Amino acid sequence: MTFDINVILDQLPAIASGAGVTIMIWIVGTIAAAFIGFFVAVGRRFGGVLLDRILGLLVAVLRGTPFLIQIFLVYYGGPFIGLSLDPVPAGLIGISIYGAAYYSEIFRSGFLAVPKGHIEAGECVGLSQGQIIRRILLPEMTMLVLPPSLNMAVLLMKETAVLSIITVPELTATLSAIGAQQYAFVEALTVLAVFYWVLVEITGRLGRIVETKLTRFRFFNA
Amino acid sequence: MSIKLFELLLYASIYTVTISVVSILIGFAIAILLSSMLLSKKRLFIAPAQIFISFFRGVPLLVQLLLIYNMLPAIGLNVPSIVAAIVGLSLCTAAYQAENMRGGFASVPVGLIESAEMVGLTAGQIFRRIKAPIALRLTFPALVNEAILILKASSLVSVVGVIELTRMAQDLAGSTFLPLQIFAAAGLIYLAINWIVAFAGGLIERSLPGVPR
Repeated sequence: MTFDINVILDQLPAIASGAGVTIMIWIVGTIAAAFIGFFVAVGRRFGGVLLDRILGLLVAVLRGTPFLIQIFLVYYGGPFIGLSLDPVPAGLIGISIYGAAYYSEIFRSGFLAVPKGHIEAGECVGLSQGQIIRRILLPEMTMLVLPPSLNMAVLLMKETAVLSIITVPELTATLSAIGAQQYAFVEALTVLAVFYWVLVEITGRLGRIVETKLTRFRFFNA
Repeated sequence: MSIKLFELLLYASIYTVTISVVSILIGFAIAILLSSMLLSKKRLFIAPAQIFISFFRGVPLLVQLLLIYNMLPAIGLNVPSIVAAIVGLSLCTAAYQAENMRGGFASVPVGLIESAEMVGLTAGQIFRRIKAPIALRLTFPALVNEAILILKASSLVSVVGVIELTRMAQDLAGSTFLPLQIFAAAGLIYLAINWIVAFAGGLIERSLPGVPR
């Protein structure tokens, strides 16, 4: 077995472009997922029993099925209901919806952990529901949901690799293609694995630093 | 979508379940080794276990599977793709299960271990009769969770050519031009399997004895 890493490193511009797509999809997808997830959680908390049931079922379906099946549905099933998407938007939509299901659960448990007395106190002094969300629930739960949210962001980074299967030109697709052209699979995949490993480790460490720096903003002990 | 297609999907899901169960069991065995390395208090054992866990939790499973699938032939091991798939899934779940087990062993009440020492049990007896059963009891919910994660993650072995539920759905979607119905049906089968696992896990958990404090 020969291991010649230069075969791969010659293709640096292509690799950089793939890495760019991976990071773009990760960041945009995670922000969109957190955003949608937040509104799902708000809908479940304040939208009445029926909305809570419907959204709860949706979340359970999204959490109970593989991400790969979900993006196949969007990418291959989409055109049959008039939704023909290019790989990149299909991947972005897929990862945002998938991530939103998990983020909504994180935020939901965050809402549940805010002491009831704080909300009742807000109601007593005449705050509106919007004010209670903005001034009490949100600031108090932010610290609680930060660690699982960062953890979820790392999980989503790893899920972006799956998008290579629907031909999104991200890093896994790029390096697999280079591996096939140069007949250097092991080298290409090693570079790929190391890239993700380093990125995930860095993100995880940064997350832990942010967490420890921010613990002084905790409003109560949960 | 005809009954025949659904039967094919159900048939393929047997592979999904088999691959997942085998991987979880092998992963469990490796995790025992890894977590005892982590708890050994010897740098020589802890460091390799930490690197293993960090790698298999830090690299996407798809990349691990591709790496193992291409690596095994490169080092002269020509194994069927289903073996490469099981190796990949087992190593990945081992890393996650090891972390859970470490947590379980760390939360065995100290008082129980001390009282076992007091009545003169040997270190081996304490491990077999006190630590191991309690740690396993404490980590059981995490194990059920991991089983569900692996069932879902097993969809990725379709990429290395194992004909399990996802690959069968892909092939059928291609040949019948019914991707919506077929992928939805495949999703429902995954959902059903996961609900059964979660339900059975809950039943077993309630029947297990509690942990004394």
